[in-house]
Amino acid sequence: MAVMSYLEAIRETLRQELRRDSRIIIYGEDVGVRGGVFRVTEGLQKEFGEDRVMDSPLAEAAIIGTAIGAAVNGLRPIPEIQFADFIFPAINQIVQEAARIRYRSNGDFGVPLVIRAPFGGGVHGALYHSQSVEVFFAHVPGLKVVIPGTPYDAKGLLAAAVEDEDPVLYFEHKAAYRSLKGEVPEERYLIPIGKADLKRSGKDISIITYGLMVNYALKAAEALEKEGISAEILDLRSIRPLDVQMILETAKKTGKVLIVHEDNLTGGIGGEISALIAEHALFDLDAPIRRLAGPDVPAMPYSPPLEHAFMITSDKITEAARDLAKF
Amino acid sequence: MAKAKLTPELLKEIYYYMALSRAVDDRMWILNRQGRAPVVYSSNGHEATQVGAVMALNRGEDWIVPYYRDLAMVIAYGETPREIMLHLLGRAADPNSGGRQMPAHWGLKRRHIMTTGSVVATQDVHAAGLALASKVLKDGRVSLASFGEGSTSQGEFHEALNFASVHKLPVIFLNENNGYAISVPARKQMAIMDVAARAQGYGIPGVIVDGNDPIKVYEVTQEAAERARRGEGPTLIEAKTYRFVPHSSDDDDRAYRSREEVAEWKKRDPVMTFEKRLIDEKVMTEDELKAMQQRIKNEVNDATDFAEKAPLPDPNTLGRYVYAE
Repeated sequence: MAVMSYLEAIRETLRQELRRDSRIIIYGEDVGVRGGVFRVTEGLQKEFGEDRVMDSPLAEAAIIGTAIGAAVNGLRPIPEIQFADFIFPAINQIVQEAARIRYRSNGDFGVPLVIRAPFGGGVHGALYHSQSVEVFFAHVPGLKVVIPGTPYDAKGLLAAAVEDEDPVLYFEHKAAYRSLKGEVPEERYLIPIGKADLKRSGKDISIITYGLMVNYALKAAEALEKEGISAEILDLRSIRPLDVQMILETAKKTGKVLIVHEDNLTGGIGGEISALIAEHALFDLDAPIRRLAGPDVPAMPYSPPLEHAFMITSDKITEAARDLAKF
Repeated sequence: MAKAKLTPELLKEIYYYMALSRAVDDRMWILNRQGRAPVVYSSNGHEATQVGAVMALNRGEDWIVPYYRDLAMVIAYGETPREIMLHLLGRAADPNSGGRQMPAHWGLKRRHIMTTGSVVATQDVHAAGLALASKVLKDGRVSLASFGEGSTSQGEFHEALNFASVHKLPVIFLNENNGYAISVPARKQMAIMDVAARAQGYGIPGVIVDGNDPIKVYEVTQEAAERARRGEGPTLIEAKTYRFVPHSSDDDDRAYRSREEVAEWKKRDPVMTFEKRLIDEKVMTEDELKAMQQRIKNEVNDATDFAEKAPLPDPNTLGRYVYAE
């Protein structure tokens, strides 16, 4: 089995999907000749031509709005938003159009659409190239929000997103692109959207997280193991839908839950997970639920000490988990 | 310009849809004032623009992406008076939305009427996207987006024109300029006289047409559709017209325009003037006209009774169709 980076897994999946289904088109800012600012779509225009891998004008609402129309008229568009921070000009098209079209037409219309966007910080991107925007969309019925944490998951979840009949936001962590590597099978496989994955089994505490933070949590778990603390790690893989069953299972199993996300604390998906556990598993808990999340500042600053102070790290996870284990 | 084939049959059909829409429209207002319909949005005054434009398309194959003013357009595109009334009254069998959307939010896939929301100009980019698929799939379809002049202040109007012209997409942008965005006059919407002038900034034709003359609208739309099908890209059409009634049944237009102005425009009521033209040019006899008007009256009565007797949605269906089923 080939070892691939997170980025290569996404690129090869896009290639495989484009070969499989001629209705798929990719477009966005710089995705054609340049292959994307992160090179995710590198070589795809050369292989599939300008009609199927296309540079679009620099206008996010038009990128998503045209993708909606194209999806209704028979294509399977995979538009790219260059940075998740730039998705806001398109938010009306995503939230009020794509997400509502099936509902408002009583099932007459559907919008099979995958919106890819790199997100997250720790890459000196500052306020407008570092944001975690996923929870804005997790709030919206009609959307699905997928965030892979490994190269293997990146492939299976992307193929599943392409297969989905509804709009899917597929967020790729920038710091994961080249730092994460793993085995990825060549053949096509689908990971069902809405199924979490137990990345590590443990008995003392549960760490519930997603995306790049899964890897930081795994590192933290190794450090904790040395201290005699056994941590279980649940990778959500999608934050809409949430895998409520697996969240409750791990909470009941260990009785101590740490929720980790880079997204801001207040209103982050951690609040929703906490509520679910409080509603359905309160008496199985041995400690208050703990959240470790990005601080409530508007976005991530540029200068390294400030950026570092914002970012969640393995050390911060280890520390929070240790405190919780001692409770 | 391609010569439009204006057969007597086509002229009669155009008149029929214009008169039918006006009759449905009038009935909707009566139902509203009687407390039987919560809200009405009207195409009253815009019939020539809307019917003239879509009669130049390959109806049911080409896509239309209408806005809330387009009652006459969707009737000419195949929605029946019964379907319109089911929509107005929020009935379960409303084919546009199953009673979910407020009236005048059209959408019917089998007729190729794109589903529409309320935020103006969002539909312009959808039309460009439908046309993008037509270009890639080579399905020969043209898409037509329609919109008021107020919505041309929105970014998405400009983004749609730009995207479509860069990629030479087979799309027609039809502006129904009635001079008012609810109460705000066009002079407070833009610093130029004509919406059509915007086309220059995108390197595409911008055409001004008398929106109260269905034949003129038909001809320019036909030319725009032919240009689109030849792969030469979009056209912006500005149809100058007027709405004879308030923005909606909750509006009172006396607050922002004079009765004299309305009366002046009513002299050129598109339904009345086209009717007179068909009689004067002997396309129709008085008897034929009367028979058609009786047929329309019967259809509107039937549609009203049918929709009022139709069941409302079951509250248990509230959670359906959030995702594919």
